[in-house]
Order: sequence, then C-alpha cells, then structure tokens
Amino acid sequence: METNQYLELFIDESNEHLQSINDRLLDLEKSPQELSIVGEIFRSAHTLKGMAATMGYQDLANLTHKMENVLDGVRNEKIYVDSEMLDVVFDSVDDLEAMVVDISQGGSGERDVTKVVDLLQAIELGEALDNRKKKQATPSAEASVELQVDEFTRTVLEQSQEQGLLNYKIKVSLRKDCMLKAARVYMVFEVLEQMGEVVLSTPAVEALENEEFDTDFQVLYVTDAAQNEIDSKVMNVSEIEAVQISEYQESDEVNKEVNFIPEDQENSNESSEKETTSPAKQAANKTIRVNIDRLDILMNLFEELVIDRGRLEQISNELHHSELQETVERMSRVSGDLQNIILNMRMVPIEQVFNRFPRMVRQLSRDLHKNIDLQIVGQDTELDRTVIDEIGDPLVHLIRNAIDHGIENPKERQANGKPIVGSIELKAYHSGNHVFIDISDDGAGINREKVLQKALSQQVVTQEQAEKLSDQEVYELIMSSGFSTADTISDVSGRGVGLDVVKNTIESLGGNITINSQLGSGSIFSIQLPLTLSIISVMLVEVQNEKYAVPLSSIIETAIVKKEDILRAHNKEVIDFRGSIVPLVSLKDVLDVPEVLEEDDNYSVVIVRKGNKLAGLVVDSFIGQQEVVLKSLGDYLSGVFAISGATILGDGQVALILDSNALIK
Amino acid sequence: MAANSKTIKVIVFQLGEEEYAIPVHQVGSIERVMHITRVPRTAPFVEGVINLRGVVTPVIDLRKRFDLGTADFNDSTRIIIANIDAMDVGLIVDAANDVLDYNVESIEPPPEVIDTVDADFVSGVVKVDRRLFILLNLSKVLSTDEMKELEEIES
Repeated sequence: METNQYLELFIDESNEHLQSINDRLLDLEKSPQELSIVGEIFRSAHTLKGMAATMGYQDLANLTHKMENVLDGVRNEKIYVDSEMLDVVFDSVDDLEAMVVDISQGGSGERDVTKVVDLLQAIELGEALDNRKKKQATPSAEASVELQVDEFTRTVLEQSQEQGLLNYKIKVSLRKDCMLKAARVYMVFEVLEQMGEVVLSTPAVEALENEEFDTDFQVLYVTDAAQNEIDSKVMNVSEIEAVQISEYQESDEVNKEVNFIPEDQENSNESSEKETTSPAKQAANKTIRVNIDRLDILMNLFEELVIDRGRLEQISNELHHSELQETVERMSRVSGDLQNIILNMRMVPIEQVFNRFPRMVRQLSRDLHKNIDLQIVGQDTELDRTVIDEIGDPLVHLIRNAIDHGIENPKERQANGKPIVGSIELKAYHSGNHVFIDISDDGAGINREKVLQKALSQQVVTQEQAEKLSDQEVYELIMSSGFSTADTISDVSGRGVGLDVVKNTIESLGGNITINSQLGSGSIFSIQLPLTLSIISVMLVEVQNEKYAVPLSSIIETAIVKKEDILRAHNKEVIDFRGSIVPLVSLKDVLDVPEVLEEDDNYSVVIVRKGNKLAGLVVDSFIGQQEVVLKSLGDYLSGVFAISGATILGDGQVALILDSNALIK
Repeated sequence: MAANSKTIKVIVFQLGEEEYAIPVHQVGSIERVMHITRVPRTAPFVEGVINLRGVVTPVIDLRKRFDLGTADFNDSTRIIIANIDAMDVGLIVDAANDVLDYNVESIEPPPEVIDTVDADFVSGVVKVDRRLFILLNLSKVLSTDEMKELEEIES
C-alpha cells in the first residue's frame, strides 16, 4: 500500500494525539472522578489506534488497544483511577511516543512493550476482579504478626525517646483484594519516611518487597508527628484497609489501640470532586499545515527581495524620476508589511515547549520524593521557531535543577515552616523586543558562602576577587563550567555539567540569563531571548576597507577617542571610559585586515560588553545602525574565530557579524 | 554492449596548464567572479564568502588548494559552485572550458607520480582524443578534516 504520502501527516497527528492524552491524563490525576476527561483520552487513543492500524504499525496499534481497554474500564466505572494505574498508563504513553519517534526516523515502530502490556492487562483484569469481590470483603484486623525487638532496636528507641520523639507501633492492613501489595507497602513506607524513620518492620522489608505476607504488616516508627497525622497520611495510600497506631511501650504489650476504619472510597472521592470547567472544545480553526522548509524558502526569497529593494531605492534616488520614486516608495511599504507577516508566520507559541514539563515534573518529584506544584503562566507567548527549537533543553535543565537543588525535601521544608508542597513557576512574557522566561522556585535559594567556598576550592576565583563579588556575580559562578554545589551527585543533576551548557546555549541564541536568589526563600532564573533569530539589529562598522556588523545587543555605546587619551597598562592599550579602565581591541590586528588606510589621530571605538566586562573595539569608521538578516556561514566554515555569522547588505555584498563575546577574555 | 557503455557527464575546467574534470551532478552552477568577502583566520586557500542569490556561500581558491601558485582574476576566471555532502562550496578556477561525456571504461587510475596535485585529490585520469583530464575527488578536496587540522596548527 502506498502510505508514504500520509506518513508525515500520521506522525504529526499522532504527536498531537499523544500530547493531548498526556495533558488529559494529568487533568485526570487532579480530578479522578471526572469521567468526561476519560472520554476525551479514550477518543484520542481510539483515533491513534485506527491510524496506526491503517498505516500498518501493529505494535503501536496493539499497545494503544490495551490502553484503550483500561480506559474503557475506567469509563464504565469498572476500574478506579489511582496514581498507580495512571503510572502504568503514562508509561504506555511513553512507549507510544518512543514508537512514533522511531517511525518518524524511518523505523518500523516496533518495540518490546510486554512489561507495560502485562501491567495494563493486570489492571484490566485485576481491578475488575477487585470490583466483584469488593462487597464481600470485610475488614478483619488480626494481630497475627508480632514485632520482634532486638537489642539494637531497643537502644534506638530509647535514644529517640530521650530526644523527645515518639515511638509508635503501626499496624497496616491491606485490602484482601489488593493487587500490587509490594507497591502499596512501598508507598506506605514512603509516606512514613517523609515524617520520620521506620526502625523495624515485621515481616522484614525484603519479605514485604517479595509480597511474602498476607495482608498485614507492622512497623516500629520514630517520629515527631502526631498520631492522627500519620494515620491520615497512610490512609491516603489507596487499597489500605485499616491502620492501627499505638504508642510503643516495651513493657506492656497491651496497648490502647486506636483503630481507624477507612471511609468508603466513594465518599472521600466525592468530597474532593468539584466543578471542573467544561473541557475546551476544539473550534474549527481555519488553518493549514505548511512545511517549515517552505517557510524558510519563502523567507530566503523575501530576503533577496529586500536586498533588491535597497538597490532600487538607491537607483530611484539617483534618477530623480518622481513617478519611479513614488512606485518604489509604495513597494517599500508593501514589502515592509510583507516582512512582518512572514516573520509572524514563523512565530510559534511557547506552549509547544512548556507542555512537556508537567509530565517531567510529576516524574521527577516522584523519583526525588518531593512534592512539587508546577505553575505555568504565559504559554501563549510567541517566539520564533528557531528559538523554540533550541530553548527546550536549557529549560529542562533549569527545571530539573530547581527541583533537585532548589526545592528542599518535605522534612526540611516542614522544619523551616514552609508548606510541604514546593512550588515552581514557569512564566513567559513579552517585553519590548524580547521574550522573558522566568523559572522561580520557593526552595532553599543559593548559599553565597557555599558557592564561594566551592569556587575558591576549584580555583574559579581568587580570594581577593571573592570578597569583591556582588551577590549576583556569585550566583553567576554556578554557571561556570565544572561547577556543582550539590553535596551528593544524583541522577538528575550535580555533576557540574549543565548550567554552563545552559548559559552557552542561551548566549548563542543572542539572549542572556540572570539569577536572583534569597537564601531560604527561593531563586529566580530569568532568561532573556530575542524575539527572532533571523533578523537582528546591528551596528555596521568599517575596518580598513572591510565591513563588519556588531550586534546592538552587545554594544554599550560608541565613542571617538583622541590618540593622546589612550593609556598603556602592561603594554596593552586601554582607555578611561566613564571612570572605568576599558581595554582596547584592535579589530584590524585581530582580524588580520590588510592595511590600506593611513592612521587617523582619532580612534573610533565601539564599547561592547560581555557580562560585566567591557572592551573597546577599535574600528576605522561607523557606518550606521541597520536591521539585517542573519545567515550562517555554512558547515564548511563552521567555528570561525570571533565570527558568529554573516549578512547580505543592500549592495549585495556579504558582511560578517562579529561575535564580541569571543573578543573579551 | 549497451549496458557497458555507461557515460559520465563532466565539467572541464582549467587550472594553470592542465585541465581538470568534475562530474556534472556535483556542480550547482558556474558563476563569474563577484565580490568576495574575506573571512579572517581561516585556512589560506579559503578565499572568503560570496552572496550566491541570497545564500552565503564559502569560496576556495583551487590554485592555492593545490599549491599551483597564484594568478590574478581575469575575464575568464569562474567560480564553480560544487555541492558535496549537502554543502555548497565555490571553487575558483582559471576558466570553465567544456561539458563532456565520456565512457566510464576510459577512466584510468591516477599515474603513480603526480607532481602538481596531491594524489589523494585525484580519482582518475581520462584521455579523450589528445586531451588529458584529471578527475578530481571533490570530497577529498573539500574535506573539512584537514581544515580543522590547519586551524589547530594555526592556533
């Protein structure tokens, strides 16, 4: 079957459906009783299945089918939504995504998914079973397991008692029909360990992990939390039949036991159920899909037109022909409008990048045992496609960083009187000709002293420098390469690769990143990006007979300096510029420009900036400010020193764009 | 017989006294000399970049590439835009002479001793009537590996 022509469409639409499934699943996690959401997921999955089957991707279709069965169970209220079930569904969506990626790269979309399929099937069958048995299940709390306390444990308990902590004996009974007992036990332990320490468990932890127990297990638990708090936290884990908590007294085995019978699941869920806004309906948009390559071609053609327009304007000015002039002026105006439209067509909402973060944060907060609430603001903000393509990875890094290093673990947060749930805000907005993206967290903030110590020990700065640095400058140190203040290296971050890469990527996009932080109350990483990469404002300068363009974003100002005002320090030419000593860089020497002009008594200097450092670029004359189209030098000439690209001037000649960052050490 | 007589179309150009050939499918266009913007701190044979209908295209001087000495540009000087490994590179040659068809079988391996051009750059020699063409291996000529080495030596 000739399906190639549909392949692109298939991949595009599959991605859209998968994204929508992802989004809806996250919604569902927030409001598990909202069956209309399940319906939407089901529809997306169903369409995906149909498309995959038509295109002949059996694995994709099969997995989608399994997922659909589970969703169908949920829709018919046979399966209950809980985080474990969602985990499995999320995993299968991950697999589906991987398959689609494989297909888009020319693969066959085959993938070993037996594990996920098994889990899905388990949910499908198991939970349905659960539903039938539910009525007969009656709570029975039998103290069949007793705790064996050895010498070591006894000492621990005694010590903790001396410290004013409470020792509890907790008996947890799982529901008889619980499918994944080990997982439940794990969840209970996780909850407990957020508030205190499990000293002992019966049966032993290994036995629990291997599900070698009936329905009950007991733990000895040291904490400063109140009894009812522990109880409610543990009861939040689903499929828990009962929790019995008693203060542990070694001598008397007969305790006043507090018995909590769980509320009916339905009841507790109903109370949390709230009016959710009706799902946004898809308005029939009047849009068509256009390949980005075509837009690029359009842009290139238009750029040529702009260059010819420049020539035409020049000619008409020379000829003084009024009708010609009029026509040329009108053409200029129209093409100006056209330019705006073409640039706008390349703008994409940043949503494309942002909408993968909720999933990521969910996963990370689980892996790191932290509770995190991600707020996203301004996802409609539009950016040029080229920027969108590049900004994803740096943002992933920053968010991971905020979760791993920024947000403290729940215990610590509680100790510092903060809400247990840490919050991270991702915010995008326009301002002037730039787009800002702020990533703020309410975590621990950056410890100036710690950063400085690390910087000193890694010889990033010297002692004298360290004392003079402002807070801001200290924070910026964490973005120098090989720097990590994390005490422990985790999977997520801490290896010291990352922030320097983030910084480089953002700077290569013509943007910059600043850090603000307050110890104990959080940090804000603020990224400033140009609206578009393809057209930038530059200052055109002449060095001997060659023209170069310096991006306006790095220029502070221009100056004409008399020869006698130039000072010498350590055999380097410097000038006194508004009270600070600025080194001069002769572009003629750096760029090996052949000398044709005689030296002037005045130096024309462009003062450029990199971070807080200044330098004066000595040129021969200023031509003026201009908007130019940024072009790459191509693969053959990649990595030329101090040149970041090229542009085509009105006369058709190529001018090179200087990368002033490379000129400042 | 018909199956064996596979022919290749080549562009023939002049460098100094000799004639060179490259397959026509590797050639995008042939341009007259236009303004070339020098790119600082690159290999000596990189002449610079040109504006090729809105695309910034690097240009190398084949004479310098093959150490054949320099010659001033004149009316017959051409820039052959070659397309290798998805990159466009302009080659400055003394003159573009001809487009020829020749039989694949008439290609002979490069002579063992070639004093003018580094033997690596030559993929074969073709003799048509009394003319001798040196077939260039453009991938080698435009290999960026060597450029990187040069850059490292310079820095």
